[in-house]
Amino acid sequence: MAFRSAVVTFPGSNCDRDLAVALEKVSGTPAIRVWHGDAELPERLDFIALPGGFSYGDYLRCGAMAARSPIVRAVVAAAGRGVPVLGICNGFQVLTESGLLPGALMRNAQLTFTCRSVPLAVENSQSLFTAGYEAGETIHLPVAHHDGNYFADPATLDRLEGEGRVAFRYGEEVNGSQRRIAGVLSETGTVLGMMPHPERAIEPELGGTDGRALFESAVRGLVEA
Amino acid sequence: MKVRIHVSLKPGVLDPQGRAVHHALEGLGFKGIADVRVGRLIELDVADGTSDAELDAMCRQLLANMVIENYRIDKLETA
Repeated sequence: MAFRSAVVTFPGSNCDRDLAVALEKVSGTPAIRVWHGDAELPERLDFIALPGGFSYGDYLRCGAMAARSPIVRAVVAAAGRGVPVLGICNGFQVLTESGLLPGALMRNAQLTFTCRSVPLAVENSQSLFTAGYEAGETIHLPVAHHDGNYFADPATLDRLEGEGRVAFRYGEEVNGSQRRIAGVLSETGTVLGMMPHPERAIEPELGGTDGRALFESAVRGLVEA
Repeated sequence: MKVRIHVSLKPGVLDPQGRAVHHALEGLGFKGIADVRVGRLIELDVADGTSDAELDAMCRQLLANMVIENYRIDKLETA
């Protein structure tokens, strides 16, 4: 069965094409491109991806405007029906702003835009998105963000850790994130938000392949399900 | 009716921008500054009948991120 995925493009998204390429390379089926002004998502989607970038110019707060757009209301509804949603970088910011994931992403503690490859520990290798990794494995993915400093209150952080919902943790200090959290899963495990860019690490020519297993896990998990 | 919404980081939430501004003020030779927090001021011009509940809803749903921010609503006298 073909893998039906959609990539949402907002004004200011800039990783949407890379994300669509990654999904097509791994699944063999082109991702459907959805524009922010669309009120509805295509039917029978297996997977929704929110890309990195600077949606709506980061006005008000990163991801704040996108999270209130009609298409994201449709994404929230689809997530509620169990459709898996992956948000990368600005996509993660949109997911926290929309309430699909807890916490918030604040300005990097060092105040600088940080663009480099970082080590990540895979904390949960049981999820739809991370089943292709070994628990505790260290992988390397690029980050490129100004606002990736993950914040949640201590009780929320304890709950996330206790429920195995921290998907990835930075292996070194990157942006001041609480407990070095780099990626967070929803309660159902079907929504993942992460600051690092797996779509920028799917071929040796891009400088690494550690991101590929994330897309392969999702495609395998969904097509065989 | 003119309304000013003051959005500020909750106490306890680290404010790296405030810290950098604090450092810069001290660099300019200003003394005795205990702390600096950077917030946001949003001015709205709304219909006179706009209720407090509506203004509150605007803040909670969009203008402030309740995970990290507080807000204060100041209604200004119409000139």
